[in-house]
Amino acid sequence: MSEMPARLAATPRVRHFVSRVLMVIGLALVVVFFGLPLLWLVTAPFDSVPTLAVSWPEWTLSSFAAIGENRYAVGSFVNSAIIGVGTCAVVLVLGAFASYALSRVRIPGRDGLLYALLLLSSIVTGTAAMVPTFQLVNLLGLIDTHLAVVLVISGGTLPTVIFILKDFMDSIPKSYEESARLYGARPWQILRDVVVPISRPGLAFVAVWTLVQVWGNFLVPYLLIRRTEQQPAAVLMYTFYTESGQADLRLLSAFALIFSIPIIVMYFLVNRRYGFRFHGGIKS
Amino acid sequence: MVTRRRILTATLASVTTLSLVAACGSGEGEGEGDGGAVTLTITANAISGGKNAAEADWIRDWVIPEFEAAQAEAGNDVTVEFLEEGVDDEDYKTKIALDLQSGEGADIIGIDGIWVGEFAEAGYIAPLSEVGGDAVESWEGWDQMSEAVQSAMSFEDQRYGVPQGADGRVLYYNKELFAQAGLPEDWQPTSWDEVLEAARSLSSLDGVVPIQLNAGTAMGEATTMQGLLPVLAGTGQEVYSEGMWNGDTQGLRDALGLYATIYGEELGDPILQQEAAGRDNSFAQFAAGEIGILLEGDYFWRSVINPDESIGTAPMANRDEVVGYTLIPAQSPGSGVEGRDFVSMGGGTGRVLNPNSEHPELAWELLAFMNSAEAYTERVAGTVSITPRDDVNAEVLASDPMLTFVSENVLPINSYRPGLAEYPQVSVALQEATAAVVDGTSPEDAAAAYEEALIGIVGEENVAAGS
Amino acid sequence: MAPALALIGLFLVFPALWTIYLGMTDYRLTGLQAVDPSFVGLDNYGRILGDPAFWRSLRLTLVFVLVSGIIGQSLLGFAIAWALRRLTGWLKSLIETLVLAAWVIPASVSSFLWIALLDRRGGTLNEILGTEGTAWLIEHPMAAIIIFNVWVGTAFSMLLFSSALAAVPPSQLESARMAGAGGWQQLRDVVIPNIRGHILTNTLLITLWTFNTFTPYLVTAGGPNGASEILAVYIYNTAIPGGQLGVGAAISLIMLLINLVIALGYLRVGRARQAKPADATAAETAGGVVKPS
Repeated sequence: MSEMPARLAATPRVRHFVSRVLMVIGLALVVVFFGLPLLWLVTAPFDSVPTLAVSWPEWTLSSFAAIGENRYAVGSFVNSAIIGVGTCAVVLVLGAFASYALSRVRIPGRDGLLYALLLLSSIVTGTAAMVPTFQLVNLLGLIDTHLAVVLVISGGTLPTVIFILKDFMDSIPKSYEESARLYGARPWQILRDVVVPISRPGLAFVAVWTLVQVWGNFLVPYLLIRRTEQQPAAVLMYTFYTESGQADLRLLSAFALIFSIPIIVMYFLVNRRYGFRFHGGIKS
Repeated sequence: MVTRRRILTATLASVTTLSLVAACGSGEGEGEGDGGAVTLTITANAISGGKNAAEADWIRDWVIPEFEAAQAEAGNDVTVEFLEEGVDDEDYKTKIALDLQSGEGADIIGIDGIWVGEFAEAGYIAPLSEVGGDAVESWEGWDQMSEAVQSAMSFEDQRYGVPQGADGRVLYYNKELFAQAGLPEDWQPTSWDEVLEAARSLSSLDGVVPIQLNAGTAMGEATTMQGLLPVLAGTGQEVYSEGMWNGDTQGLRDALGLYATIYGEELGDPILQQEAAGRDNSFAQFAAGEIGILLEGDYFWRSVINPDESIGTAPMANRDEVVGYTLIPAQSPGSGVEGRDFVSMGGGTGRVLNPNSEHPELAWELLAFMNSAEAYTERVAGTVSITPRDDVNAEVLASDPMLTFVSENVLPINSYRPGLAEYPQVSVALQEATAAVVDGTSPEDAAAAYEEALIGIVGEENVAAGS
Repeated sequence: MAPALALIGLFLVFPALWTIYLGMTDYRLTGLQAVDPSFVGLDNYGRILGDPAFWRSLRLTLVFVLVSGIIGQSLLGFAIAWALRRLTGWLKSLIETLVLAAWVIPASVSSFLWIALLDRRGGTLNEILGTEGTAWLIEHPMAAIIIFNVWVGTAFSMLLFSSALAAVPPSQLESARMAGAGGWQQLRDVVIPNIRGHILTNTLLITLWTFNTFTPYLVTAGGPNGASEILAVYIYNTAIPGGQLGVGAAISLIMLLINLVIALGYLRVGRARQAKPADATAAETAGGVVKPS
């Protein structure tokens, strides 16, 4: 115990080699850990008789054909897209303005307000707030609309979004805006030409994060939307069960794959185009 | 100051926008009132290509076109919409409760019979004749449904809905395994001891779980309905009687004692009871000949192990030869509820009218149509099941001796669960009691803990004293 | 800012306050209390605090947050970010892709993937390990949801720390290395002080998210017999299958208060560390590392 490190330290090359080996082993473990559960997702949909175990499939596309025959499956992806894009748009626009304003305006208790909202959002995204949320949407007459889902999810996610974006806004030097203003730029021009370009990686991250939240959300759309053909994929996925609650693995696996691909693709597109970056985090 | 005012204006502005959008939203789509065109809606936890697909397809492909055509012939312009759902029962219940609470929802709603009491107490649903008018009382269908079947959708002696089926519970057993263990193929146990003896004989077989009696919370209501309640009924005890809940009774201790024997002697598989998909796995194991005796509903026979193409989740090609079924015996002859020798539990779902319906009488017409002999004959054309109507049963069940057996011998001995709002929580407490016993707690302690939990749920004043 | 506040006010603050009010009633979704809920003041809170199931759930939640969130996600995320910082090529892409895929895949899908992996019969893990018949989700439910949550959430910490590490001035690292600082020393003396803000952001968000996540329900449903019933699941089981929305709302508020205490604790730690060691590090940097350059 006491000898080993000493000897290792004595020869930097050995130490370097050992740390390399350790790192490779560690990375291999990471690959296995994250990859193993995903294997099922890429094999089962192509298997003619999928089981819960990962196995080399007997190749077929019949599961996908079954999805095509389902009355609601294709439409549900469109609905998911509408809700997803809508929520991203609302959250990005409002979040950008609000975080910019919060970053520039000095209101006493500003940070406290933000933290309070962040905490409150945990109540609203929980199941206990479901009745008030439903009644509110009902009062507004928005039941059975995608708009309702967009607004409810936006309300719940905005505090986190503002929290993340504010870091970016804080990092933009005021001098940029001041010089822009000197040249007669209007506030929205400053926002468009100075603030948005600088905070683009943050906006990109927030867009993906929001989409992840919306894409998998079951309870909100399920309760607020009435017509089956308006339901998003997250709700439809739960219908692939038999009377006794047993999963129809053919439909489920194929649907799960189609359901996951857009969001993975979206992530990589956004990442390649804008990249993700975070700023200094909380400055207390 | 300035910012505050700006916030205020903006808030007002966005609220106005929202309500404008809302106004637009609610303006379209209703389309009724003028020209006599009427839209009715049906909702059920059934969806084509998913959960309860047969029911969904029947509504979409038969009920709606037939009803619309019949109405058109009578000169009425009626459109029927079907809102399909296919989710967990709890989520479905939450959604329709929210709908009904806010004065919305479909005109005809499919619900589980066990929800009738709590929905009625909340004022979400009303007695059928109050909603649908005089036509309800004079409907021909009531004469075809026995009292017991009707009671599944009744509360405080009033009909709140029309049942859409009837079911009962039996003991299934594997005749091949029985033969291997030297047990009779035509098995008719008359007491718990005889069941246990058979199970002990089966335990000599390799890789066979002698008996599956549902326990624990993971199986949810299946533990109560296909487990503790039929066992409890065999002791003559009920969970709720004469307006009071029963806690730590001798009957409950005996019932839990049966669990203790089965799982203590390893006649059952305790881990299976805790698996999230435990019930499905029990089906699959029974179908694979790995379980000797199984307490289940007739649904197991007609759906789960149905050998026909794409019906069952665990089809058994040789079902009719291998699977035997027999009545669930009471603890000892005559010890069951109302002095019965054999017991069963009845559940069942049905459909109610929405009291908020804009066209309640027409909605009743549709509901009656869905429950006509013709409609049921069409409904069970693909897979036979027990309908609530005696006239239809007499025709369609003839082809299936098992369902005839249930209809004739099991339905009359059915007991029913109390349809009260607290029942779901009580049910969980009962499941927890079985879980504790499977885990090694003594039946006495588990029963005492149940009573404590029961008091917490319904209040001390509602628990029968000194039971 | 105003429209955002309006939206938040309407769809966040308003339902949240309503929920807090519900927590002081015996409201249920069905039954007599649905029509006519009565105001019960703090009774719900008394009942909850006297319920051993609540305390068990709270204990499980704290373990869950600490092990899967603060330790698991943050450390693993940092470790991956650290290991990948100078790596390029396919290995880096592969690892990033896998970690991120786990994060962006919808919860309903990822939970099913883990159920399939850990299944008692025919699950992939049992086949690999040769442990046929081991019911992982029943024998080790907490370990299962903790590992599941690490799998799902590590990507956020990885992303955050990747950009944090990229922002550490290379000159400082270089000087540290030239001064003979080993990996650990570089980490301690240069990297950590530079990314302190990120660490705080990460820990705060991860804690809040892990506290409130409901996804483990999809894997174990809180079972067996409540052995993995973290607070979010406890609320669901109380409010929906149990029907006691009033009690469920009350637990939500208790959960919020716990979150508040934790968040305040973090901020205090962050503030204290910034006030004191910031100077210390500056001095150290000036005195110890930067000088040789």
